[in-house]
Amino acid sequence: MAAETVSNVVCPLCGCLCDDIEVIVEDGKISNVKKACPLGKNKIMGHDRIKAPMIRENGEFKEVSYDDAIEKSAQILAQAKRPLLYGWASLICEAQRKGVELAEEIGALIDTTASVCHGSTVVGVQGRGAPGCTLGEVKNRADLVIYWGCNPQEAHPRHRARYAHSVKGMYRPNGKKDRKVFVIDVRETKTAKVADEFVKIDPGYDYMAFSALRTILAGHADVVPDTVGGVAKEKLVEMVDAMKSCEFGVIFGGMGLTQTRCRYKNLENVISLVDELNAHTKFTLIPMRGHYNVNGSGHTLAWLTGYPFAIDFSRGYAWYNPGETASNDVLLRREVDAMMAIAGDPGAHFPGESLRHMAKIPLIQIDPYANPTTELADIVIPTAVSGVEVDGTAYRMDGVPIRTRKVVETEYLTDEEVLERILTRVRELKGGN
Amino acid sequence: MTILIKNGVVFDPAQGIDGEKMDIAIDGDKFVEDVSSPDEVIDAGGRMVVPGGVELHTHISGGKVNAGRIMRPEDGRKGRIPRGKLTRACSGFSVLNTFATAYTYARMGYTTTFEAAMPPLVARHTHEEFEDTPITDKGALVLLDNNWMTIEYAKSGDLDKLAAYVSWMFNASKAYGIKIVNPGGTEAWGWGKNCSINDPVPRFDVTPKEIIKALAQVNEDLGLPHSIHIHCNDLGHPGNFETTIETYEALKDIKSSSDRQVVHATHTQFHSYGGSNWGDFESKADAIADYINKNDHVTIDLGVVMFCDTTTMTADGPMEYSLHTLSRRKWSNHDVELETGSGIIPVAYSPKIGVNAIQWAIGLELALLIDDPWKVVLTTDHPNGCPFTFYPEIIALLMSKAKRESMLETVSKAVDKRALIATIDRELTWSDIITMTRAGPAKILGMSDTKGSLKVGADADLAIYDIMPESFDPTKDYKTIEDKLMRTVYTIKGGEIVVRDGEITATPHGRTFWVNPAGKKAEAARDGMLEDLERMFRDYYTVSMANYPVQDEYIPHGVEIRTEVN
Repeated sequence: MAAETVSNVVCPLCGCLCDDIEVIVEDGKISNVKKACPLGKNKIMGHDRIKAPMIRENGEFKEVSYDDAIEKSAQILAQAKRPLLYGWASLICEAQRKGVELAEEIGALIDTTASVCHGSTVVGVQGRGAPGCTLGEVKNRADLVIYWGCNPQEAHPRHRARYAHSVKGMYRPNGKKDRKVFVIDVRETKTAKVADEFVKIDPGYDYMAFSALRTILAGHADVVPDTVGGVAKEKLVEMVDAMKSCEFGVIFGGMGLTQTRCRYKNLENVISLVDELNAHTKFTLIPMRGHYNVNGSGHTLAWLTGYPFAIDFSRGYAWYNPGETASNDVLLRREVDAMMAIAGDPGAHFPGESLRHMAKIPLIQIDPYANPTTELADIVIPTAVSGVEVDGTAYRMDGVPIRTRKVVETEYLTDEEVLERILTRVRELKGGN
Repeated sequence: MTILIKNGVVFDPAQGIDGEKMDIAIDGDKFVEDVSSPDEVIDAGGRMVVPGGVELHTHISGGKVNAGRIMRPEDGRKGRIPRGKLTRACSGFSVLNTFATAYTYARMGYTTTFEAAMPPLVARHTHEEFEDTPITDKGALVLLDNNWMTIEYAKSGDLDKLAAYVSWMFNASKAYGIKIVNPGGTEAWGWGKNCSINDPVPRFDVTPKEIIKALAQVNEDLGLPHSIHIHCNDLGHPGNFETTIETYEALKDIKSSSDRQVVHATHTQFHSYGGSNWGDFESKADAIADYINKNDHVTIDLGVVMFCDTTTMTADGPMEYSLHTLSRRKWSNHDVELETGSGIIPVAYSPKIGVNAIQWAIGLELALLIDDPWKVVLTTDHPNGCPFTFYPEIIALLMSKAKRESMLETVSKAVDKRALIATIDRELTWSDIITMTRAGPAKILGMSDTKGSLKVGADADLAIYDIMPESFDPTKDYKTIEDKLMRTVYTIKGGEIVVRDGEITATPHGRTFWVNPAGKKAEAARDGMLEDLERMFRDYYTVSMANYPVQDEYIPHGVEIRTEVN
């Protein structure tokens, strides 16, 4: 059978959501992937798939039918008093919408991977706003690009080439030559090595650096100490000069801001800086979202419930209060009596205390791939890979929704189908009570 | 299903029916002459029976509405309602979740809602939210005025290519009409700047006025159902009424392709300001109303301000930023490559602040000073002037001078000096109100065959309010208006009873109307336009052209309206 090339495939790996990928399909199987970065290629080629639904019995997994795994999951969720539905990042919006419906039905907490990632960005936005733009604005206009606390060379490998640095745009026809790139980080990352300027900052001093930049911007450089978080005052003054004098500046903020000391306060401070820079020139901020559709989870949850993550439906309406209603808040309080992990890997990312509680309660995993969460799960339901075996919507890190493509057929059920079946069964079970 | 509504006091301005006692019959999803042995008989018992409300300018779905929700959890908390047997959980006061939006409009008797600003690049988002906004029929106006393609064609004067582009974009975004928002100004905001109607757009040698005229001409060349729908330059600036009138004047010589206006100017309250700064800021509603009264090519909607803590959101990025510099609460902005932008801030309109009180007055003055209710539509530019849930109170203000006088006692005295409201005696009638909320907007949208009327063959969308018009004096009993217009006794949408006694009884999917401009006018210059567009995608967009158009999956309840001009 001849090889077929599928063009304009949307990569379901990171928040860049590159949509120019070429996938070579032979005999219904993917044989090669072109244009993607190594991370994206690896995902699209496929690896470590869970073969069949499994239920743990006496500590060992036993392969079961989808029917049995879905029935058992529905029973657990229908009976739970404080269920938590967590994840929702590496799958399409159509499944997220179904998830919210399930959460409402059983009065669950529903939370996304943002709560251990860019949730603090969201909280910062709720304090100070979100002065941003789409990535094409950066491509066409930006002459100053600042990567702060992020390392796209390794985490978003095509970000610079497609959107922000070497790419040529309408008003930046010479690409790299027309832009200046700063990297601010605690160590000299691969991205730092390809930047025009690397500014090394001491861990946990981002908030102070933003305050110093704002102070200098406001004309009070005289009160700034000689060094701030290991950065010389002269360098900070130089940065402010670069920011004020550019035509279009952008800060890409990463987890170096969101999950280090001061967390959402870092975001409030950098948003304030960007806000104030707009009195001088055009300046924007874009969070470097990780999973390809974690931004979509925030959007989907927001239009359906009013809030982007950490939502508690136990009162019948949506109650949002991160610090009280985020996954680790409720797990650390040992409130949760059943949990679903879908398209996210709490096993790899949650603190030990949370995992200890997860090990004690029924844990349902819905995911195409085995990962550390599988080791804790009681029921495992494998699904088709969204963006490779299922088409549907994903939101890029800048809020642009793109429909991912289905490239090959699959025997696996989709996330949406599994959720729909669980929901239908839960309704039957609860209706019978 | 057939329904007979008996003993209603009917207002249907499209048919010239002004409070007549008569029966209304429904068969399936349409009004019919009569039904024999109806499945359901509703005895209206002398209550007011009117067509379903038509909202022609609201911000309820899409990227910036959702950014507003995300930025303002404090607003979400104001509208909490637990899920019910038929209804999903609700949240929000000014930025409602999709379900709250749908249920609230339906309870208030509205059955058609148009999202007023859809950026093409994120059109998919608007349509996704439409699918989760049940009950009402919907459509979206697509932002086409700050697009590089449009600006280039306005500059070269190549209106055939512009027509081909508009046609392609309507198909790609599944849009109903052309929206213009601060033409040129939002592109300028890409560099942190703004422009007024005669300022050349930075780096493009063309003025906003030329962009507006080009789009208006193409709109008529393509024979689109709706006219251009414009948010003029200089929104919110003291003295902007001159720009507003200059915009109207620029379009005077364009011939409408059908029995409607050439331009619909939206949220005109925000564009009717005199003075030169916030100190001498004053109402120029009289100048705007005078123009509208003397000319027939312009219709407007109001954009009434009421006193509350609301959220402002618009594609007019520079305006939101300059408003933000006054309050400094929090500010979101989202510029969209090659196309448009948006800004969002919370705003608390206070009756004690002179400027806010004058804004409040202007919205009402426009409605009262424009003679013909067919030319003016009741909107709050939801949620910009205030949430749409203020409609009943606004209607009470328009119908009752006594209500206005009682409210005037509570607002800044600046209104006495620099607004006109206290000097106006007119009290609108039910017929005026029903025209401004049903028949008028339906005609302005080019939907008068199916919407805004109870006539035979129209969509069976209808509201019954617990008001007895024959024994009710709206000039005195304004409290009752505020109460009774919040909750219908019945709302019927497409022949289905969706509200009974103020409670949701069914949540069908609404339809999404979109226009497909076809014919020689749309296609003549298509190949040349596509060459230009392909270059835009290859060199400047960050999404490939193949992945750009909204797929059919996003409009499962879509209704294509094909226009064909040869």
